[in-house]
Amino acid sequence: MNSKIILINILRWFILLSIQVLLLRNLAFYDLATPFTYILFLLLLPFGTPNLILYLIAFGTGLTLDAFYDTLGVHTAACVMLVFVRILFISVTVSRDNFDEPEPTLGNMGFKWFALYALLCTFSHHLVLFLLEAFKLTELSYTLLRCLLSGIFTLFTVILIEFIFYNRKMR
Amino acid sequence: MRNLWIFINRYNAFFLFVIFFTIGIVLTVKNNAYQRSVTFNSTNEVVGHAYEKLNVFKRYMNLGSVNDSLALENAKLNTALLAIKGIDSAKKTLIKDTTNHVQYTYLAARVIKNSITLRNNIITINKGALDGIQSGMAVISAGKGVVGIIRDVSPHLATIESLLNKDAKISVSISSTKALGSLVWGDRNSDYRKAYIKDIPNHFKVKLKDTVITSGFGSFPPGIPVGRISNRGISTGDNFLTIQIDLFNDFSTLQYVYVIQDKLSDEQKALESKLPNEQ
Repeated sequence: MNSKIILINILRWFILLSIQVLLLRNLAFYDLATPFTYILFLLLLPFGTPNLILYLIAFGTGLTLDAFYDTLGVHTAACVMLVFVRILFISVTVSRDNFDEPEPTLGNMGFKWFALYALLCTFSHHLVLFLLEAFKLTELSYTLLRCLLSGIFTLFTVILIEFIFYNRKMR
Repeated sequence: MRNLWIFINRYNAFFLFVIFFTIGIVLTVKNNAYQRSVTFNSTNEVVGHAYEKLNVFKRYMNLGSVNDSLALENAKLNTALLAIKGIDSAKKTLIKDTTNHVQYTYLAARVIKNSITLRNNIITINKGALDGIQSGMAVISAGKGVVGIIRDVSPHLATIESLLNKDAKISVSISSTKALGSLVWGDRNSDYRKAYIKDIPNHFKVKLKDTVITSGFGSFPPGIPVGRISNRGISTGDNFLTIQIDLFNDFSTLQYVYVIQDKLSDEQKALESKLPNEQ
């Protein structure tokens, strides 16, 4: 059971990161909104994962993305931020004793919970990402606009993918 | 001491966050600096190799447009050659060997990774230090103007800081009035076909559709076409004009670029470093 979850997560990491690097890296709507769907991997990590492991995984994922995007540190910081928000949100909404479900997927947790979870995580990630990428306060409003539109786009793709795999994970 | 440990353990999520987030920020800031020792970028062997493999398909898809641009350039060069041959050289007997006086040499390279959707775009090419590429060299595309400046170099690969980058600042001049300005991209605009020229003095009359060329200051040779003026009435609140131009270069279909090696650049740098540092 445990090794199966690890295998699934490794597979998911490869698939989502290749989609991000091969396909979504070249995509932009009106040169404003670019999706970062790879964060779905961090969203779907199992509930019981220790915090240190979560941070290490986020750090490694961010560093890999940075190597492909030539932006050392930007994705790393954003992923770490996402994991921090994730830990806070899960500790507030899910009680620690009964993790009946192994993973926080849409099928396991219901649409309302998952949508709020994805919304908070996506926007914290994107805020750090775009602010660090621009690294200038003079174009703040423009950066925030890009962040908002890209966040909506990412959220849309994340929830879409979750709905596509909805039934299979439902038990 | 034990209480402290319990405290840290209880809020470990926050403390771990601070540690890892700080590492991320430090990496970002260091990456912005000129010196970068860690090669966690696309000049890295693994990443560069992956991009090179991926590029095969894209290259095949773009063969048509690459062919067209090569044919166009060929035609231009042929025309120029005919013009040289057409001169009646019978009257002149003096032959001057000018090969020693060539200041700029071109090196063709293939783009293996490119992006246009980010705030800071980086291009990777398949030539590196072994081909004589150094950091800071200028890069142009075939007949269509500036691409960027070489940033990191590994033995077989190099990255270019594209013009579509917040750090890019290239000295240009307007061809008719010779007014100097600096070419920048971004800042409320992320269209890869448009860029801005800043710091043009107010007294110059700017005409629409005027072409913009490189000025020759910096690492670009003079006279390389950059773009055409499309909007001149941008108010920024300072005493200089800001002009919007349409770039000649289409960054979305960039396949081949020329790296320009300036033979005199070392000499120039050595000479200029002797000057007293005036501020």
